[in-house]
Amino acid sequence: MPENVMIPPDFADAPISIWRRSLNSLVTLAAIGAVILVLLPLGAVFGYLIYKGIGSINWDFLTQIPKPPGEPGGGMANAIGGSVYILLIASTFGVPLGIGAGIYLSEYGRGTRFGNLVRFTADVLNGVPSIIVGIVAYGLVVLSQGHFSALAGGVALAIMMVPTITRTTEEMLLLVPQAVREAAYGLGVSRWRTTLSITLRTATSGVITGVMLAFARVAGETAPLLFTAFGNQYWNWKMNQPTAALSLQIFTYAISPFDEWHRQAWAGALILIVLIVASVGAVRLVASRGMLKGAN
Amino acid sequence: MLACALSVLALVGLIVYELVTKSSLSWHAFGWKFFFRSEWDPVNDQFGALPFVYGTLVSSALALLIAVPLAIGVAVYITEMSPRWLRGALAFTTELLAAIPSVIYGLWAIFVLVPLLRQYVQPFLARYLGWTGLFEGPPYGIGMLAAGIILAIMVVPIISSITREVMTAVPQQQREAVLALGATRWEMIRTGVLRNARAGIAGGVILGLGRALGETMAVTMVIGNRPEIAKSLFAPGYTMASVIANEFSEATGDVYLSALVEVGLALFIVTIIVNILAQFLVWTVTRGTPARSHA
Repeated sequence: MPENVMIPPDFADAPISIWRRSLNSLVTLAAIGAVILVLLPLGAVFGYLIYKGIGSINWDFLTQIPKPPGEPGGGMANAIGGSVYILLIASTFGVPLGIGAGIYLSEYGRGTRFGNLVRFTADVLNGVPSIIVGIVAYGLVVLSQGHFSALAGGVALAIMMVPTITRTTEEMLLLVPQAVREAAYGLGVSRWRTTLSITLRTATSGVITGVMLAFARVAGETAPLLFTAFGNQYWNWKMNQPTAALSLQIFTYAISPFDEWHRQAWAGALILIVLIVASVGAVRLVASRGMLKGAN
Repeated sequence: MLACALSVLALVGLIVYELVTKSSLSWHAFGWKFFFRSEWDPVNDQFGALPFVYGTLVSSALALLIAVPLAIGVAVYITEMSPRWLRGALAFTTELLAAIPSVIYGLWAIFVLVPLLRQYVQPFLARYLGWTGLFEGPPYGIGMLAAGIILAIMVVPIISSITREVMTAVPQQQREAVLALGATRWEMIRTGVLRNARAGIAGGVILGLGRALGETMAVTMVIGNRPEIAKSLFAPGYTMASVIANEFSEATGDVYLSALVEVGLALFIVTIIVNILAQFLVWTVTRGTPARSHA
């Protein structure tokens, strides 16, 4: 290959040795190679999901509950419903807690030793492996209730949502200019009222972004549900009963020996990923306009 | 608000409390030897976690070996080389890799990666690198190698996004100064950027390690789940997280359950230390630059 192809024009007549020039080109090629190698699995995962999944999604899949192994047909309706149910329970606990802690960090605990401790702890909690959270939810809820339950699954996912929501809420509230708060104080509005109706209100879209990110993060979680929500072949809307979840069902079907179940696992995975990518995409859309622009 | 903040502390306290109390039975029965024994015999209540510790360490190390050069390459390309219009798209696409749930990676690995390894990659490795002893035995596809590869795919976005963040934090003048001395672009990146960002990059790598250590589903689906210590990467293995995932809900004896929780406690302690170290390293590079949203 002629050397002058890879070299930026401003280097062209500089006295740079061939060795240094070719090393430069070589590294550039290596970096492009790395990008391609990383994008390859991404393309392969999405490609296979669509290729294998789309043919298996039909009305039955979306409306029926699983058939016994070996029998064709059946679907994942109860698992989709179960996932939504567990996520609702998780959000009920996790969202207020996370937003509250985020408000504390930005409005009351800024720069204090206690605030720093809470922030640090939230980051620690963020790094706890999800399977460990499952063990804790098992000890807390399953053992005291006596059996696996939707509530236990919801508690596990709520624990995982809290740190993400706390940190994004804090960051978004910090973006609200101090002058806005001072304007409210100047009108005689009390501190808590200012926080809730002025500061939080101004940062709403940012806070929602955080919630959606946390939601997307836990929507596909499987490990913490294995011995909390446990899975169920039938419908269940009781808090204290085992419940199916999309991710659990994908896992069970993927490691099963039945072709029919493999097919449905791909379909379930496609639905799950569409759900997650849609929420991440929505976040991007919100983040690309409005006051969040300064955040990125 | 204070109550919410306190509850964050309480949650971590609760995790520690649950893990410590529920594992005490096993701790009293086996002590430190728990981590150096390889028996795992629920029938006779004899438990040792060595094969799981080994599996976790080897699969994570393998993942980092593959992922680190790739992730740094991607970060270098995105921050220093790519045309401006491509930058945002590439950053978003690599972040998308992090949004795919573990169970979907596992599904893909079982039906796409494993057959690929079994039919093409493993026979090739066995023929040309079999003499090292790392690539021998029957090519099942499933095993340590598959687990390492799928973990690598999962940690690349974490390492590369942190690397990007710390590289962006390096002041522009550094680059300009090195270029003004007549450096090529690569020399500028090496001496002006990477050298200044190395602590943060190390932090990103360690953060990736933390993720790899605790990763459960994808690994469980492809590692083979056999508590054995084998030199060959083709052999099946077992990790700390997968043994909990597979056996926790079926553990019948008190000691059995307690042993599994102790494995969890060890995993918890290691990942916490790893994460704190990583955050400290990243902080040493990015402090002083304005806080960035993680969105």
